[in-house]
Amino acid sequence: MTGSLLFEAIMFLLGAIICVSIAKRLGLSSVIGYLLAGVLIGPYVLGFIGEEGEDILHFAEFGVVMMLFLIGLEIEPKNFWNMRKTILGMGGIQVGGTMLLSYLLFTFLGYDWEVALVISMAVALSSTAIAMQTIKEKGLMETTFGTSAFSILLFQDIIVIFMIGIMPLLSNSNTETETNVHTESVSLIESLPLGLQTIAIILSVVVIIALGRYVIVPMLRKVAKTDVRELLIAAAFLIVFGISFIMELVGISPALGAFLGGVVLSNSEFKHELESTLEPFKNLLLGLFFMAVGASINFIVIAKSPLTIGGVLIAIIILKAVVLFVTGRVFNLKLDQKLLLTFSLSQVGEFAFVLLSFAFGLHILEQEEMDMLLVITALSMALTPIISIVNERFILPKVGTKESIKRPMDHIAKSQKIILVGFGNFGSTVGRFLRSHGVEATILDQDSNRVDFLRKMGFEVYYGDATRLDLLESAGIAEAKIVIIATNRLSVTKAITKIVNEKYPHIELMIRTKNREDAYELLNLGHENFYRESLDTSLALASDVLHKLGFRKYTLKRQVKNFIKYDETSLRRLAKAPKRDEEYIFKARKELKEQEELLDADFKRGIVDFDNHWDSDHIRKALEKSNTKM
Amino acid sequence: MKKILILFAHPKLEKSRVNLALINHIKDKENVTIHDLYEEYPDFHIDVPREQKLLESHDIIIWHHPFYWYSCPPLMKQWIDMVLEFNWAYGPEGKALHNKTCLNAITTGGSKEVYCSAGYNSFTVEQFLRPFEQTANLCGMTYYPPFAVMGTHNLSDEKLNDYKINYGKLIDLLQNNLAINDFEKKSFINDIPQLKIS
Repeated sequence: MTGSLLFEAIMFLLGAIICVSIAKRLGLSSVIGYLLAGVLIGPYVLGFIGEEGEDILHFAEFGVVMMLFLIGLEIEPKNFWNMRKTILGMGGIQVGGTMLLSYLLFTFLGYDWEVALVISMAVALSSTAIAMQTIKEKGLMETTFGTSAFSILLFQDIIVIFMIGIMPLLSNSNTETETNVHTESVSLIESLPLGLQTIAIILSVVVIIALGRYVIVPMLRKVAKTDVRELLIAAAFLIVFGISFIMELVGISPALGAFLGGVVLSNSEFKHELESTLEPFKNLLLGLFFMAVGASINFIVIAKSPLTIGGVLIAIIILKAVVLFVTGRVFNLKLDQKLLLTFSLSQVGEFAFVLLSFAFGLHILEQEEMDMLLVITALSMALTPIISIVNERFILPKVGTKESIKRPMDHIAKSQKIILVGFGNFGSTVGRFLRSHGVEATILDQDSNRVDFLRKMGFEVYYGDATRLDLLESAGIAEAKIVIIATNRLSVTKAITKIVNEKYPHIELMIRTKNREDAYELLNLGHENFYRESLDTSLALASDVLHKLGFRKYTLKRQVKNFIKYDETSLRRLAKAPKRDEEYIFKARKELKEQEELLDADFKRGIVDFDNHWDSDHIRKALEKSNTKM
Repeated sequence: MKKILILFAHPKLEKSRVNLALINHIKDKENVTIHDLYEEYPDFHIDVPREQKLLESHDIIIWHHPFYWYSCPPLMKQWIDMVLEFNWAYGPEGKALHNKTCLNAITTGGSKEVYCSAGYNSFTVEQFLRPFEQTANLCGMTYYPPFAVMGTHNLSDEKLNDYKINYGKLIDLLQNNLAINDFEKKSFINDIPQLKIS
């Protein structure tokens, strides 16, 4: 029944679609849905997927790599550098503490010290895939909990290199036999002593940074100029594959390399374009990864010794939770943030699969021990979303110290998101004025040369076509309060307004328009916030002319205001009038006719005469008439 | 229940501790309209017909403003100049505001002690407010003594809290026909027994 690649693919996709939509409907994390789908189609329930689950797992780990690349894209190098203390501190305490406690636990259970050490290393690592996916899904990346969890996971990514490096030293058996095991993991770095390994790691980091700056960004600029969309997708994949390849060659975790690559590119104008391109692939691959974890839960092993496995599983989770809680405490996290951290990282992660099978290859572990530990790892990952639900529904509401977001006046700017589309003459002035008030708009522009130039001037500008929903979404439109459309092409404006109105009707649109004609169209589409680019300027010029002829400035200023108000009213009236395109074959004649109507109305209204404030003539006349003295 | 219109003028409300507290305390009261002039007319281009309609639909008008240079901020003066039109607010046919009630609600940096013939401001608040009083008289309105929060530079949070609560109480009293002899000979409406702060 299995065997056919197409059939397996269908099973995976069907499982994902059915289980994830059920999980989502029940208000659960999509991770649970994927895990459940994996269990169902796996060898022990429906049996659609056979033993090849592990290969799929290996392939799907690529989703984790992509995820870290995308996370890296969101962290600018400056912020990354600021995080170094948290990464080393929290990560160090968590890994050290967990290793110590679990080493004691497993020696107590009667394991040899080498075995206990290997297990403690595997146990100390948490699942980046599960934790980060949940954090992103719930939008908690910006909280203290989010950054803490991320720092710890990043530290684990780094430390795992050393763990793999140490492992051969723990092997009692003949070192000659190990080379034929796990050939793919044997890499340049493992043959080096520890000191040189560190140097090799630093060197490869430097290589990645240099590649990002001097190879990748120029390449992306060339690609962008061709204006062929799929080339950009190809380039995005090339970057991720390339970095992973180099990292695996050196022997560093590809996820870590991808993360660094992302950080390097986070400063480039292609950030959002790369994000929107890779996002769907990442999500699918991660889904596949979770399903593979579900499918790899070996129910036969569980059935053999359910009590031992259950006991050890609970012991490990409690042990990890305690260490995480203490870590949070050392770093003064609030109670609710501490609890979130405790429960979200208390599982044994995907690195355990790598470490354990490597140790098995080195004959440190017995088959039986490895099977048991693999099952525990998979089970602990599957339990995480469930534990998190218990925490969120039953514990957190009682704690009640939700991280409050303080918003004094000065922080209005930071907490409300603005997206500015188009950064030409008009948009750049808008952007500058906003920025002078501390409001940093997320800017989208089509011209990659301009984007590059403006970035050098210190603006946050991104390259891309703003009529594409996925680009708007990766620019963060979901959290935006206002979208400013500062392009002067009506077709582009209309396309954006259509998308935003359909998908995010609550977002306010502020629109630049060229002239009356465009304004009519926007009015008829129901948009009220439009700004005619020539109106204020031409009136400023006209009133300066009148001033040179002898009119007083304040009177002119008031007249300009009156004129604008009158013009806006007439604009709305004319917009409602039936289309007259049929009557006027030539657009120019139509516009002339309209000008005529406007001028006529101005004349009838007697525009100069109706503002009689501070004018005592009419009072004098009225008093004369009624013979009153004042 | 009487309808109260608060004509509020402060060019930088976001930095005014006292006025923010006062306004926020009363903003949700029933039959109270807070008309924030600097927010409505940042370019001093006042919509006169709209303002007149607003006045006609209220019984009590409060000019609420900081006491800048012994008077109101410029936009409020602009408002008076433009809205109180001849033959609408005053003049032989100007009766639109007749029988309405009017008062100032002000905040001053200096304390009550410096506003007297012996103090460095030489005159009392009552004297400084004469133009407002006469404006009200000319328009046929009854002018009440001012509600004043004075010495704002040294005002403690507890004191400010008292004032804010009192401002709310004043609104309630005005809406429920505060008798005019309740504050006869009082320089400040704050001095009536119901609003006395110890």
